[in-house]
Amino acid sequence: MQLPLEGVTILEFSQYLSGPIAGLRLADLGARVIKIERPVKGDSCRQLAIKNFWLDESSLIFHTINRNKESVAADLKNPEDMAFVKKLIMKADVILHNFRPGVMENVALDYASVKKINPGIVYTEISGYGKKGPWKNKPGQDLLTQSISGLTNSSGNKNDYPIPFGLAIGDYLCGNQAVQAILAALIRRHKTGQGALLELSLLESLLDFQFEFFTTYFQTNQQPKRSEFNNGHSLLSAPYGIYKTLDSYIAVAMMPLEKLNKVLQNKELEKYNESETFKKRDEIKSVLAKCFLTEDTNTWLQKMHEHDLWVMPVLNWEELMRTSTYQRLNMEQEFIVGNKKIKTTRCPIRINRQYFLSTNPAPKLGEHTEKLKKEVENKKTT
Amino acid sequence: MKLLEDILILDFSQFLSGPSASLRLADLGARVIKIERPVTGDICRSLYVSDVKVNGESTIFHAINRNKESYQADIKNLHDLNEIKKLIVLADVLIHNFRPGVMERIGLSYDNVKALNPNLVYASINGYGDEGGWKDKPGQDLLLQAVSGLTFLSGNKEDNPTPMGVAVTDILAGTHLVQGILTAIFNRFTNGKGALVEVSMLESLLDFQFEVLTCFYNDGHTLPLRSAVSNGHPYIGAPYGIYKTAEGYLALAMVDIPSLGRLLGCDALVFYTNPSDWFDKRDEIKVILQDHLNLKSALEWLAILEPEDIWCAEVFDYDMLMKQDGYKVLDMEQDVSIGNQFLKTTRCPIRVDGQILKSAKGAPSLGEHTIAIQKEFDL
Repeated sequence: MQLPLEGVTILEFSQYLSGPIAGLRLADLGARVIKIERPVKGDSCRQLAIKNFWLDESSLIFHTINRNKESVAADLKNPEDMAFVKKLIMKADVILHNFRPGVMENVALDYASVKKINPGIVYTEISGYGKKGPWKNKPGQDLLTQSISGLTNSSGNKNDYPIPFGLAIGDYLCGNQAVQAILAALIRRHKTGQGALLELSLLESLLDFQFEFFTTYFQTNQQPKRSEFNNGHSLLSAPYGIYKTLDSYIAVAMMPLEKLNKVLQNKELEKYNESETFKKRDEIKSVLAKCFLTEDTNTWLQKMHEHDLWVMPVLNWEELMRTSTYQRLNMEQEFIVGNKKIKTTRCPIRINRQYFLSTNPAPKLGEHTEKLKKEVENKKTT
Repeated sequence: MKLLEDILILDFSQFLSGPSASLRLADLGARVIKIERPVTGDICRSLYVSDVKVNGESTIFHAINRNKESYQADIKNLHDLNEIKKLIVLADVLIHNFRPGVMERIGLSYDNVKALNPNLVYASINGYGDEGGWKDKPGQDLLLQAVSGLTFLSGNKEDNPTPMGVAVTDILAGTHLVQGILTAIFNRFTNGKGALVEVSMLESLLDFQFEVLTCFYNDGHTLPLRSAVSNGHPYIGAPYGIYKTAEGYLALAMVDIPSLGRLLGCDALVFYTNPSDWFDKRDEIKVILQDHLNLKSALEWLAILEPEDIWCAEVFDYDMLMKQDGYKVLDMEQDVSIGNQFLKTTRCPIRVDGQILKSAKGAPSLGEHTIAIQKEFDL
């Protein structure tokens, strides 16, 4: 199958997650992604392991994020290496970097310089906090940008500490938005020949992520307040949240109270009407919390689904994997490192009912340096 | 020229997942026409949050649907459906987020529509894919978070499963849909054909968890364990998390524990010299750290840590954030007009050619552009 982004070449001067996750998506959609890494250490993510899980000289997490790419080792302070990198740039469609502001300028690979050797380049920069202002040199790290963005006041309950999202949401969103911007710029370039400068930051991505909250806040000047119990979304009224049942947990989304009480048949709940579900949500939720404890999850699901109420069980990954829905998604794929088969997830987008699958593992540091040197000299490679 | 100028999008979707995708496309320069049913329109118009309304409609509807037009049509009515079909012939992209089967029943399945316009990019979001036991279940954000395993990553060990307090499923599915749509438009230059682009909310959440799921798939299916205090990420060791101080909260990312101990004057931490202990003994380390951080304010701790380039930050709520120069310099806010009112909201997070992307066009009233569009396209 010909992949949709075949023929597009991306140079990824990126490390950790925000930039490389964008490279991964573009690679899965068919682009050729070449990581430009410093000699010896390479992308710092090679040395960052979670749960101490290593595959070869690089961590499992590096392999997860960087499969399906090539690697060139180049010292951007060495003129010979730089001459080679510039030849790569002349052949590239997209540059993607996530260094702190000033780093690419210092090696004369900023947009203005690169544009001179490749005017049609789509030059993409990811920073932590933008390129101006007092925070521009702060480390653009996920948890820190979450903390600054106000996001940590959205999850957990009213009396909890600020609770961060337990995944790198800032990196993930920003990298995914970079993919959107790159694709849109490639579309314009196809029509006009014009390149583009695209700038994103983790902080702006996280502010955009909270756009419903900010818009509400701007109208009311009231900070969003997490509910006291079972908080699901601070802007939504009771019953929205996750409740403990006799044996596990159940997720309860939006539904009219009256309809809910047809199933629950709870005397206390009868006292509240629909117009109070936001103002008195803590009271209502505490009534509900007691009520849901009286039956097991399956009983509730059965009763509530009969009334078309929006509820689902709360599952861990093991439980999810046993469901027919998960199994039909064919979400898993494998790549091989050394003699070890590694299972990972695939690209979540389907086009023309085809999945985008790839068995290519992540490259070793500099694995493709020689091959690409020959290629830029227009010598045939095998 | 705007990046997506001259691209026409018909958006049949409601609530957040689809409409957040078309909002991004609109901000990048596409023309988005919402196709809405009479009387109620997009159900999100009446989804009030925090009891806040603008022009009788929910604020979040206005936030999600600015920079779009609205065309009212009853797709069950043959006359209206024919008009819609004429629009489809002219469009580049169609977006919908109905449950599987709905578009098929009204004769607007991909195969039907492809016959009308072979160049069309037909993009859909559903909850759980179109096979499997849950295919007809509501694709609602909290419910998807609940079944995807996501609720075991945030909050502390003894907490209930904790959902992420923003509609992350909707927004990620919308984000992935935009990627798929733009990929298909780009590919059209090569093969001259439209495409079917599909995203499900469940797949989007699995992709969001790709790093930790990959770990789970390969480590003998060990389920994640949140730390007992200050959990920041269940797979990352101490000090990663948010701590209370004498005044305000402090976020600490990846930091070498003995160095942190020395800088903070916390002797008990200096002895944790083995990096694998930072994960294995993270609860013990975090408790010591929390006790110590109570001694000074967040600002005092930052004054010690920031000059050493330690990965740390203050924790802001919205009131505090608004006062920061680092926020103001982003110019993140914009006013959009709704009738003779203005609504303050945020802008598109992407900068193009050194410019931020703003648009003063507020969300349309239901059917606001029906007549103009009928005239323009001679429907």
